Amino acid sequence: MRDAFIANLGRIYALYTGTFLVFVVVLAVLEQMGLPPTVIGYAFVILTIAVYAGIGILSRTAQVSEYYVAGRRVPALYNGMATAADWMSAASFIGMAGSLYAQGYDGLAFILGWTGGYVLVAVLIAPYLRKFGAYTVPDFLAARYGGNLARLIGVIILVCCSLVYLMGQLTGTGIIASRLLGVSVQVGIFLGLAGILVCSMLGGMRAVTWTQVAQYIVLIIAYLLPVVILSAQLTGVPLPQLMYGQVLQKITAIEAANSGAGGFLEGIKPHVTPFNVRDPLNFFALILCLMVGTAALPHVIMRFFTTPSVREARKSVGWSLLFIFILYFTAPAYAAFAKLEVFQNVLGRSLEDASAIAALPSWIFSYGQAGLVTVCGTAATSADAVLAACQAKGVTVLNFANFSIHPDTVVIATPEIAGLPYVIAGLVAAGGLAAALSTADGLLLAIANALSHDVYYQMIDHTASTRRRLVVARILLVGVALLGAWMAITAPAGILIFVSWAFSLAAAGLFPVLVLGVWWKRANTPGALAGMIAGFGMTAFYLVGTQYMGMSPWFGVSNISAGLFGIPVGFAVCWIVSLMTSPPSREMQAFIEALRVPRGGVMVADKHAD
Amino acid sequence: MQSTPMAEEYWRRTRNLMWTTLVVWFVFGFLVHFFVGWLNEIVIFGFPLGFYMAAQGSLIVFVILIFWFSAKQNRIDEEHGMAEEE
Repeated sequence: MRDAFIANLGRIYALYTGTFLVFVVVLAVLEQMGLPPTVIGYAFVILTIAVYAGIGILSRTAQVSEYYVAGRRVPALYNGMATAADWMSAASFIGMAGSLYAQGYDGLAFILGWTGGYVLVAVLIAPYLRKFGAYTVPDFLAARYGGNLARLIGVIILVCCSLVYLMGQLTGTGIIASRLLGVSVQVGIFLGLAGILVCSMLGGMRAVTWTQVAQYIVLIIAYLLPVVILSAQLTGVPLPQLMYGQVLQKITAIEAANSGAGGFLEGIKPHVTPFNVRDPLNFFALILCLMVGTAALPHVIMRFFTTPSVREARKSVGWSLLFIFILYFTAPAYAAFAKLEVFQNVLGRSLEDASAIAALPSWIFSYGQAGLVTVCGTAATSADAVLAACQAKGVTVLNFANFSIHPDTVVIATPEIAGLPYVIAGLVAAGGLAAALSTADGLLLAIANALSHDVYYQMIDHTASTRRRLVVARILLVGVALLGAWMAITAPAGILIFVSWAFSLAAAGLFPVLVLGVWWKRANTPGALAGMIAGFGMTAFYLVGTQYMGMSPWFGVSNISAGLFGIPVGFAVCWIVSLMTSPPSREMQAFIEALRVPRGGVMVADKHAD
Repeated sequence: MQSTPMAEEYWRRTRNLMWTTLVVWFVFGFLVHFFVGWLNEIVIFGFPLGFYMAAQGSLIVFVILIFWFSAKQNRIDEEHGMAEEE
């Protein structure tokens, strides 16, 4: 039955995609017949979460290898889709286009950093860890670096990086659910949590894999559709990724004409000009940290443990990046179209009286009421509120300095800018929800698996039965999920900066020892332990020092790129300490040689078997 | 699994491929963007070339690079009898 499922994957997901599109069309027709927006919002949330939950329940399993690595039967293409959904978070889906809108060229550091890392994954890490046959990343560290101490440090770094990241996703889920359903963010978080748990608890990696494929399909349709339509409206060609070149030209021309003294764009940084927001050092440091971090984040690496072979693992990295690329190369188009809308239809307009203000595009007020659009320093809730605020400041023409939008607005407001029915806005929200849920699933599993497999089974009770291991795994999964939700609800707002730190911490703590473990036979246990502690410690020191202790940044490097110092320290310490201590044993040399060749099947299969 | 000439040759080629791939990665991840100012002078289809490389060009190279790498590495595996069975 399982193999029949794998053999029919194409047909199953094609049917699923078709059904989803029909569902959207039906809702669009019902909307024209008078279905209220709230009902459409509920229909999207309930139906998509029900589908994900259904897949989760159908994929339940009682086998350890199915639970941890989906039985290693996921074809490269589908693992690519699952990885793309796993990778692209609420921030990528909703926030990135907004950052590009605000930062122009300098925001592209995120685009480059979050894609280029996959080259490192494909070449340096994924095939070898797949060959080893690990269930978790610390599993590999333990085998290569002499046991449980390396495992424990690996687990600690993994939990530190993934838990704050998980918290960010839960917050994202809560915000989207609250916008769609009109409930509070807290309630939204628990709704999302329920969806995540039903997906992952019964079937572990197997369930999460097939859910993530379904979530990728929803999120990519939701991301592309509005901007494709907008591009067709504005340029006549439904290829936003190609057509926004012309938009960039218009933006540049408007900037040149209006940015002089007294112009409505006075003080603006030109969109395509580099290094306005970040100097070159920070721009390239950020790219490096995001790339290396991508290659070291456990929830990404572990996706490549699920492919049927080393060969498929390599190819799967290519598919992953292709599916990620489809969204990332569209994001700058969103930013450009939104900027043109703002330049042409919003800025430079008169603020003399209420009727002039009321003539501004309606999306300003609908998102102003959500607190996402600010005019003259106040949320643009109504024409009167804008008039009062601008008169108080003596502003009569809306200019760049007095108009700001929250980064999330760019993607969320595009359907309304294009004049599309509410159903498309609902679709976008469902896409954002899919992006947040799929990433949360992957992170939750990475943390819970490290605790249940590495800490409980490998370190506490190595004789536990299959049944017991799975029970413990599920209890820990629920526990971690509740902890994440509790953190998301109680943590202060500023804590979201931690999410961007996760990349630097993983990059410095895990990347050096993973790479050297495969590529340098001389790397030994003391070197790895020292390297992990030093790399992670250095990064954490810089982060905490610059953020909270008033330490002045070294060479002006922003702490989002703390890995710039941590990564070389991790490599150097591992290298020096390894050379100062005795080389790895003969058995370890043989282990590394076996690791380097695909032939021979997984190396830990027997130990792990049920 | 002792080192045979065949295994050494296999690892030598694997390592060379790794370095080749990383050089291309470095060129398109970093090097071309050092020259963004000059590249922006060239405008193709409305896109200043420097902006285009960071927004799309390098990404396309990364995708192709990974597929190229994996095909090439698979061929090395096969030629040295190191590929997986079945």
